[in-house]
Order: sequence, then structure tokens, then C-alpha cells
Amino acid sequence: MKIMVAVKRVVDYAVKIRVKPDKSGVETQNVKMSMNPFCEIALEEALKIKESGLAKEVVAVSMGPSNCVDTLRTGLAMGADRAIHVEASRDLVPLTVAKLLKKLVEIENPGLLILGKQAIDDDCNQTGQMIAGLLGWPQGTFASKVVFDKEKQVATVDREVDGGLETLCLDLPAVITTDLRLNQPRYATLPNIMKAKSKPIKKFTLEELNVEIKSDIEVVQVTEPPKRKAGVILSSVDELIDKLKNEAHVI
Amino acid sequence: MACRFILQNLSKRHLLHSTFASRSASTLILAEHEGGSIKAQSLSAVAAASSISGDNPVSLLLAGSGSSLQQAAEKAATCHPSVSQVLVADSDKFAHPLAEPWAKLIQLVQLKGGYSHVIATSGSFGKNILPRAAALLDVSPVTDVVEINGPHQFIRPIYAGNALCTVRYTGANPCMLSVRSTSFPVPPISGDLKSGGASISEVDLSTLDEDSIGKSRFIKLSSEETDRPDLGSARVVVTGGRALKSADNFKMIEKLAEKLGAAVGATRAAVDAGFVPNELQVGQTGKIVAPELYMAFGVSGAIQHLAGMKDSKVIVAVNKDADAPIFQVADYGLVGDLFEVIPELLEKLPEKK
Repeated sequence: MKIMVAVKRVVDYAVKIRVKPDKSGVETQNVKMSMNPFCEIALEEALKIKESGLAKEVVAVSMGPSNCVDTLRTGLAMGADRAIHVEASRDLVPLTVAKLLKKLVEIENPGLLILGKQAIDDDCNQTGQMIAGLLGWPQGTFASKVVFDKEKQVATVDREVDGGLETLCLDLPAVITTDLRLNQPRYATLPNIMKAKSKPIKKFTLEELNVEIKSDIEVVQVTEPPKRKAGVILSSVDELIDKLKNEAHVI
Repeated sequence: MACRFILQNLSKRHLLHSTFASRSASTLILAEHEGGSIKAQSLSAVAAASSISGDNPVSLLLAGSGSSLQQAAEKAATCHPSVSQVLVADSDKFAHPLAEPWAKLIQLVQLKGGYSHVIATSGSFGKNILPRAAALLDVSPVTDVVEINGPHQFIRPIYAGNALCTVRYTGANPCMLSVRSTSFPVPPISGDLKSGGASISEVDLSTLDEDSIGKSRFIKLSSEETDRPDLGSARVVVTGGRALKSADNFKMIEKLAEKLGAAVGATRAAVDAGFVPNELQVGQTGKIVAPELYMAFGVSGAIQHLAGMKDSKVIVAVNKDADAPIFQVADYGLVGDLFEVIPELLEKLPEKK
């Protein structure tokens, strides 16, 4: 079985972001970029499945401008066998990403598609569900545990939902999106970083994949959220109870 | 194959119908129900629909099987003055809220009804199902909306809520949204709407496209039994972080929550460490809460946690570290040891009336 993992290059999770003064977006120049944390978890899960002997190959995919290649090299350094870069100079909405992924799935024929549940920049949480819909594959989103049965060709997925932990059984091929507790991604070791330099990255252009580029969402502006009024540090529990009762009127 | 042919022709006819009628709004709400009642957060989706435009008849879509579904339908018919129709999809396929049958159901109902908007609440049900349905309908959804500025302009948080993005939807009907329930509170509905309740009708499932249904099966749902109110809608939330050190110590948080009639929340670190189950996690990828009072004990205040609670009306933070980032959002802060503060609070807090 081949596993395809879609990864995204985003502003690093620890960076304190700034909104551009012209409100056109968030400042990303000279800001640390990394592989989306959920995508790292997705790749780690694919690698674990391969290492357990249930898959032959892990292919990492990313879509965007040329600096996507950095993220793909990180993926290759973690252990992916090959990478695919779909070159796109503008922002793609999740539906377009899903359609591009569908084309790649038709070319590569993976038995499993793993994605992070959401990207920490746009926080959309849509792409995995969309590609599953387009392919007609079952979906196991927000996965915190995945167990394969090679014989029965099913995946049992524990999902983190509002009410607790839901367990589903999915026929393969399937789409899984990863949640935080699925695994702890490995660090790329120096020897693997060196090896990654010679692993292949195939490039596709949007024209080659011949997919309709959806542009039905327009960004009007990006603004800062309203700031909270500064608070006070109190000196005793008595004072806290008093404030909550007589000032804030919440107890 | 025949089903697909019928669906395609239906869609052509209704595309014409919907472009003609596109100026008037009509909304389909994807509602959840449990134990014979509509879930409270689904009503937020109805509240959101009312803010899209004044004249916006709302149809509530319920799916499931058996008597609890029919009971929920009866309650749905009188749950909100905006609801003019309740659509009921009754089949074993919907015994559990699986994305595959639900997405096909939404596609079927939309092609028949030509709604201008489809809305779900942004909980695990809406997040799981809405985007799949949107892909089937070939439209980009707008997810996690916190403000509606007109029928096609919305505000949604990005970068863990550290920025707000105003977007305009410029595509064809339907405009599909998931909305944060904390941003669309439901005003108390006075009395029973027994007169003028909505009509209830069964969805004709005979043309439901079977492809992809049956490839997923529900096995079980593990939840913790609790007397505490629902975290997503509680008036008061008491949260513990990793500083609680053990699942046993978390009982202190529980006791305080009980005294205040509050829900219990937790940080990612506390859940990762196994102190509490995942459904208590508050944060960017956990639950978003906006209670009247949020009390955080031993919580450092990482960006990702703040994303889940910074819209709370009053925030109290107790932490040994005076430099903890949580103090930057707290209205009232106490620099101290939670193992001393909590017992003192338990002793001195007035009894709940």
C-alpha cells in the first residue's frame, strides 16, 4: 500500500503574528516558517505505518510557491520516500487543494490519504473532509488513534469529538485527518537530512493537472481582534471573592 | 446509475429555480438532536440564520431513526420563531452522525430545496460534515464564523484568533457556513410556540446516492459520566492546567466547579498528561468557550489555550509564576499556589443559592 500525506508550510506555531498595517493580511516576511504541526503528525503516522510493514511507500505532497520545497525536504528528511510539489503562485482555497489532491490520487493510487486536521494559519479544518467527499472515500477526522487490519483492509479510528472519543471502522482506501494526540513526530536526524537531498521531488504545474481553480472566497480585510482591558493583580483570596461578587457580579 | 441521472436532471431544474429566487434568502440548518431534544448549540445556527437577513425562512434538517428522532422533530417545530419547516430523514443509515450519509443527504436536500444558505454549528458534528457536503455541492464553505455582516460577508478568526479575517463569498448558492455557538447566543424564547409551529415533513430518501455510504461504521462513543454542565455553554468554567500534577488533584477543580455550578475545563497539557479526558480541552483545537466567568488554575496561558477562552466576560488566573502570559488576559490575577488558593476558595465562597 502507498500512503499519501499532504503537508503545508505555515508560520511557526510559536511566532507572535502581526497584522499588516494595510490590513491585507498577516506579516509573513522574515518570519519563521515550519511544517504545520498537524501535518507533521500526519507524516509521522504514515511513517509508523510503513515501519510496521503495512505500507511500502510514503509520498509527501505540498502545494504553493517554490518555498514549499523546504517543507517537502523536511518531510523527506523525516523519512518520506518521495515528494510532489504542485506549483501555485497564489493562495488556493481548500476546495481547489482538494481537487488537486484528487488528481494526484488518480495518478498515484494510494491506499490511504493522511492530512493534518487543520492548518494553524487559516484554521479552516476543511481539506481532508473535502477530498474524502470528492473521492467517495470514508473519512476519519480528528484521529487520536489509528489501527490497521491488513487482512480485512479496514482502519479503526478513534476520533476526538465534543462528547468524548468516538470509534469508527473505515473501509480502505480512506482519508484520515490527524489530531494532536495521535503521535509525537520525530525529529529529522542529520544523516537523514543529508539523504533527503537526493530523494526525488516531482513538480506539477496547475495547468498540467488541469483542475478548475475555485475563487469564490475573497479576503476583504484582516484585522486585529479587540484587545481586552488590562486587568489587576490582587493580593488575597478575600479580595478576589469580593471583586467577583461586588465588582464583576459573576458570583 | 439511475439515481445519478435523476439527481442531475433535478439539479438542472433547481439551478434555474435558485438563480431566479436567489434574491430571497432561505436557510437550511443542519441540526443535532439527542434523547428526543434538539441540542442547544443547534439553536445558535438558527440565531445566526436570523442575522443573515430579515426575511429568511429556516428549515431544520434532522436525521436519525426511531422514536427519539420523531420526538426531536416535534420539539424542533416549536424551538424558535424563525423555523418554518422541519425536515426529517428517518433511516438506519443515520443512526449515528456519520459524514458519508450526511453529506449525501445534504446534497439531496439542497438540490431539492435550493436554499441560499446552509448553516451548521462549528462543533465536531458540523466540522466533520459540512466541508464534505460543500465539496459535493462544489462550493467553498466559510467555517468557524464569529460575525455575519450581510448575506455574503463574514468574519472568522485565523492564527488561533490572533487575527480576524473578513471574507466575502462570491460563489453560487448555497453559501455554506459553520458558526461558533459562543458568537450567536440564543435569546430565551418566552413561552411555548404551540400555535404557529413549523410543518414537519419526511425527506424522500429513495433517490439518496448510496455510493460511499456503508464504507464507515460506528463502533462506540466513550464519554465520561458527569454531573457538570456542558462545557460549551456553561455560565462558569473552572480550568486546570498541568500544574495540578495528577488526575487525583484534579478532583479539587471538580469540587470548586461543583461549588460554583461550573463546568470543568482543561489545557492541552493536562489532557496529554492523562489527568482528564479529551472532551475537557479548551483551546484552538479543543473547545471554544465564552462563559461569564473563566477561572484558570495553574494555566500558563499559551497562545493556543487563549484562543479557546479569551472571549470570556471575566477571566481569573491563579498561577505561581508572576510572568505567566495568562495574566495578560486576566481581569483578576492572583500570584500564588493553587494548592493553597483552591482550598481557601472552597472555604470562603458563598454557597450556591
